[in-house]
Amino acid sequence: MRAVQRYKLRLERKRFLVRAWRKARELLLVADRTDDIRPSDVLCFVTLRNERIRLPYFLTYYRDRGVSHFIIVDNDSTDGTREYLAAQGDCSVWMSQGSYKRSRFGMDWLNALMRQYAHGHWCVVVDPDEFLIYPFCDTRPIPALTDWLDSSSIKSFGAMLLDMYPKGPITAQPYNEGQNPFDIACWFDSGNYMIERNWNYGNLWIQGGPRARLFFDQNPERAPALNKIPLVKWNKGYAFASSTHMLLPRGLNLVFDEWGGEKASGVLMHAKFLDTFTTKAREELQRKQHYANSHEYKAYHSGLNEDPNLWCKWSERYINWRQLEILGLMSKGNWA
Amino acid sequence: MSVGFVMMCHTALDRAAQVARHWAERDCPVVIHIDKRVAKASFDGLREAVKDLHNIRFCGRHKCEWGTWSLVAASQSGSEMMLREFPEVRHVFLSSGSCLPLRPVEELRAYLAARPRTDFIESVTTEDVEWTVDGLHSERFQLRFPFSWKRHRYLFDRYVEFQRNIGFRRKMPDKLVPHLGSQWWCLTRQTLSAILQDPSRKIYDRYFKLVWIPDESYYQTLVRKYSTRIESRSLTLSKFDFQGKPHVFYDDHLHLLRRSDCFVARKIWSKADRLYDTFLTDQDRGTVMAEPAPGKIDRVFAKALERRTRGRAGMYMHSRFPNPNWENGKTCAPYSVFQGFNDLFENFEPWLSRRLGTRVHGNLFDRTRARFAGDGDVYSGCLSASAALRDYNPERFLTSLIWNTRGERQVFQFSPRDKQRIAWFMAEDGNAQISVITGAWAVPLFNANKDFLTIRKQAAHLQKQEVDFIDILRRVQTRAEVRIWSLAEFIEEPMEHLQSILDSMGGPAVGRLTEAPRMVDLTGFGQFLQNLKNQGMNPHMMGDFPVELGGAQPKQDGTRPYLVR
Repeated sequence: MRAVQRYKLRLERKRFLVRAWRKARELLLVADRTDDIRPSDVLCFVTLRNERIRLPYFLTYYRDRGVSHFIIVDNDSTDGTREYLAAQGDCSVWMSQGSYKRSRFGMDWLNALMRQYAHGHWCVVVDPDEFLIYPFCDTRPIPALTDWLDSSSIKSFGAMLLDMYPKGPITAQPYNEGQNPFDIACWFDSGNYMIERNWNYGNLWIQGGPRARLFFDQNPERAPALNKIPLVKWNKGYAFASSTHMLLPRGLNLVFDEWGGEKASGVLMHAKFLDTFTTKAREELQRKQHYANSHEYKAYHSGLNEDPNLWCKWSERYINWRQLEILGLMSKGNWA
Repeated sequence: MSVGFVMMCHTALDRAAQVARHWAERDCPVVIHIDKRVAKASFDGLREAVKDLHNIRFCGRHKCEWGTWSLVAASQSGSEMMLREFPEVRHVFLSSGSCLPLRPVEELRAYLAARPRTDFIESVTTEDVEWTVDGLHSERFQLRFPFSWKRHRYLFDRYVEFQRNIGFRRKMPDKLVPHLGSQWWCLTRQTLSAILQDPSRKIYDRYFKLVWIPDESYYQTLVRKYSTRIESRSLTLSKFDFQGKPHVFYDDHLHLLRRSDCFVARKIWSKADRLYDTFLTDQDRGTVMAEPAPGKIDRVFAKALERRTRGRAGMYMHSRFPNPNWENGKTCAPYSVFQGFNDLFENFEPWLSRRLGTRVHGNLFDRTRARFAGDGDVYSGCLSASAALRDYNPERFLTSLIWNTRGERQVFQFSPRDKQRIAWFMAEDGNAQISVITGAWAVPLFNANKDFLTIRKQAAHLQKQEVDFIDILRRVQTRAEVRIWSLAEFIEEPMEHLQSILDSMGGPAVGRLTEAPRMVDLTGFGQFLQNLKNQGMNPHMMGDFPVELGGAQPKQDGTRPYLVR
């Protein structure tokens, strides 16, 4: 890699940091419990809007796996999300009425908060509908994984976004608060993923799954990216470049092995396609606050109106992480 | 009282205290060495925790760093204290703060009592060691290593390079033979004291101070000088990964550890409550005295190593995306590609499917859509038939298909009419079996109801495509199993050729072909080719067809034109 290019990326990273600092002024403190954070804690960073119904399960899920503190930016929720979070003992909450789109889909806010609170911590950065599955997640908590990553001198852990969907119309089974979303949306596409290298940032670019299969079968280049790096040992100087798909400095994006071996990796199970989705899609279409002019939501909207069934006879039913490992969607690497 | 433990601790002191208490309460003296860099508060905490136990001592502290002499110095201080303060100890067991006893102390004691003069220490000559990392085998002993590998890597590397360049070599003192091995040992008082009280210890120490990772060689080398009986294995179960760092055991390893029958395991994750709770309570084993058998655990970790270094062939995912030619197999299983067969034979796919007993795809790379077996919109693994999705990344489309259908051989048709980008990939894939009847693309044109000008243009285009494909297949880099016949060649002995393809597919014996696929009527094909020639196009891929086609022409009445035996 040429020095000029390297310097460009450095400038880009600095720009993200300045931008984060600028956008941080939109943040209003709601509940600050960051004094409780101990040096070895694993933190979880989230930006969300109107996700009240999902929160109880989401928080329990990550608490059970060893996350000690949640740092959350609420983008102007109207359904009581903020009040609910502020009442939790392990959540620090900020709110922002600024534009989601113009804060680079919340990443500027998170970059700012992470720069302040995450330095030296392992951080899980997810959406409230993303659930991290990693090797041995049924028997070992996240700190076991991060301790192992530390001892292997690994700073970031990759996971592919796996879209989960129910069988039949997605509105057929309503989601109730506190319920495991994967009791309803327990199906996934096991082997239709397209992978390419992004040489500029050193990451992989993955597309595919049910969204590509159904909504983007004529223009696959617009299909949403599924590569994610949700678990990072944060440092002040780091910045998310594009959602959690890419990080800077770019060495953090090398979560895959180039020489034939497998690195340890996980899966982010995506509980997007529940009955809550149709209203969300409608709302997002009006707000026009999502990625690429909400192109994704436009595609869903037309797709879901015609035939809201993502299931097909080749869909795979989720059992456990070992199943995902056998299917080649994640790997234990040399963690045994 | 026959065994005493020297514990080397630097983190998770609460766990170390727990283990030390376990041993001490069962009448085994313990000497603890605490890294000097551990904060005073934690050190005092540990002292406090084991205050009530009279047979726990703390030895002088050293600043410990991996790969340096400090670790040996620490174990020397600990061992000296052990020998001095507990004269009744017969065996000294070196362990770390993250070790965990897997079997009751009584069993270890009985085991050692039955072997009172045996030293358990892994000690192998440098030539026989294959586990060293970084390629520093014998050079560990021949060069000087004054710089820290962890903190001053640059200086470390440069200095090694420099010494190599000038041909610097150190000599072993007293013609000792260098040996290497696990740093966790269990030595008898006699041997250990002989090493520590050796009149020339100063010379040895001075030598080993500049050896690379001396804790893996100091005792291992010197023990050869004094021991009367060496069992060259460690009583501590300790596995290392490809980076040379120890594998860690977690709660879910409980059964593996229990069945291993090893005495002590390292390294245990400090928060593995279940392991600590289980193994630190007195267990009633009631079994016969078993020899340590770490075989099962070895297999688990060997698999992990294999996975990390070679991975699963033909699998592409977000943590395995090999550079070109580093795949260890571009696809995960053999598959067969037929070009021209479904042009020449009617209903070739159903026939082949019956023959092989598997599903046979149509033209997967058809321009309009992927023609999966059964003509579905979606196939195994939810692979879409959409041409746009497939052409977006045809290589991943193919590798996914082969991966998704592991255990079932994939067979599909290819044609010059299809998208050709995948040709390179298949040609370079050792799993591909590609059979081509060149010029067969002309048969559908021959039967087509189209203007001759259109036909001629198409023929020229298809021939060009096929020539390119054949060129790719004939390159030196091609690793696929390739069979190429011209149309004329093939129809002379179609059954023999088909048989040879099916035979080389392996799997359950196909047996002789009895039912033949039905060939398209080729009456007048020679004339058709001549017409093309007359129009200025040169159809050369189908071989030599006389204008009046005779012999090879199948009869029109029978449904089974060929019956071989």
